[in-house]
Amino acid sequence: MCLAIPAKVMALEAGDMAVVALEGVKKRISVALLDDVAVDDYVLIHVGYALHKVSAEEAERTLALMAEAGVLKEELEEITGGAA
Amino acid sequence: MKYVSEFRARDLAEKLAAQIAHEVRPDRTYHLMEFCGGHTHAIFRYGVQDLMPENVKFVHGPGCPVCVLPVRRLDDAVELAEKHGVILCTYGDMMRVPGTKQRSLIRAKADGADIRMIYSTLDALKIARENPDREVVFFAIGFETTTPPTAVAIMQAETEGLENFSVFCNHVLTPAAIGHILESPEVRDLGTVKIDGFLGPSHVSSVIGSEPYEFFAEEFAKPVVIAGFEPLDVMQSTLMLIRQINEGRAEVENEYARVVTREGNLKAQSLVSDVFELRQSFEWRGLGEVPYSALRIRDTHAALDAEKRFTVSEKKSREVKSCECPAILRGVKKPTDCKLFGTVCTPDNPMGSCMVSSEGACAAYWTYGRFRETAKEAEEAAA
Ligand code: SF4
Repeated sequence: MCLAIPAKVMALEAGDMAVVALEGVKKRISVALLDDVAVDDYVLIHVGYALHKVSAEEAERTLALMAEAGVLKEELEEITGGAA
Repeated sequence: MKYVSEFRARDLAEKLAAQIAHEVRPDRTYHLMEFCGGHTHAIFRYGVQDLMPENVKFVHGPGCPVCVLPVRRLDDAVELAEKHGVILCTYGDMMRVPGTKQRSLIRAKADGADIRMIYSTLDALKIARENPDREVVFFAIGFETTTPPTAVAIMQAETEGLENFSVFCNHVLTPAAIGHILESPEVRDLGTVKIDGFLGPSHVSSVIGSEPYEFFAEEFAKPVVIAGFEPLDVMQSTLMLIRQINEGRAEVENEYARVVTREGNLKAQSLVSDVFELRQSFEWRGLGEVPYSALRIRDTHAALDAEKRFTVSEKKSREVKSCECPAILRGVKKPTDCKLFGTVCTPDNPMGSCMVSSEGACAAYWTYGRFRETAKEAEEAAA
């Protein structure tokens, strides 16, 4: 449960919320823990909250590695509520 | 692969391994404790240990929040759901952890308790909104990365006037536990392991910064390198630790500078300190009572504190007797030293939390390590 996944911010919404996209999945998350998040930023998401910003390059590296290790799928299932 | 060529990464890993082999002194050993479950996972998944010289050893520390939660707190959560009839919301990792008499949240749920697995505190708030006539309790666990989201949820519930929402707080603090491993009375009973340096947690540090480890490095004269999650990060950080040890330095260095700063996420820290304060003492599975190692909800937010809203009975909690989790969490024993490992205790039928959580040392050994260990033993036997 300690992993954090990077995702791209697609839209900002009222109440410190944002919509992020990750492998074709869209998810509403909270950006209450970060100042100055903008559309197109990459953020590390942990339990539904953006913890910090990361560069696009770092995001890509992390995602590629998570995909290779098979953890990305698990995390995505958890995010979308697909896991039992 | 689209982004990183595996070969490039392997190439780099081999270079790093060669550099490490070149710099280690043959006349000494290097015991490096990784604190973070994510590191334990990376070390096993990518076989980092196999790339190290014989005298560099990784010691797996208590860096998984599910693994360190004492059984009593889990029993309390079960009681909240069963006796007080609340809707208990919890992260998925907690569901299968066995409590006293092997009772887990998933068993309580099967017996009719209203227990909901959530991904985020945002989901818990939603459940509270949708069930105004029920009490909704969020069973909060985790280190410094998971604490800020709990703080936000508490603030949000107050702003909205959600009166049926409260939090059963079990958030714990990393630096306190690291310090405790190095000097505690229990060392006499459980024995201790030699530790020459620490791989510091990555995402925890992104929130609290690298600064909290400075006092610790000075006080205990142990080097700390904040390490990222990738196997290459782990190897680079190992090299940095070996250099510090060779040079007799004990400093905090930051290998994960692309994410971690010295001061961390200040906004998250200030939210956390608005909502929480230090507990004088908190029990950790494996470490016993650790002073100032956990958080509780401040009196100014007492209305949202499940510990104040409900009384749970004093009961006798028991762990499975032969489970060696306490010694494993201290790095004193390996999962394969446990009699139950792989026979009675497997991920499908876990006896202890170290087998439940994918970041636990027993689960990592089971998934990636046991074949390697058996192969090694066979080799040694044949030699
Ligand atoms: S193998 Fe199972 S019983 Fe043994 S220490 Fe690990 S979790 Fe406990």
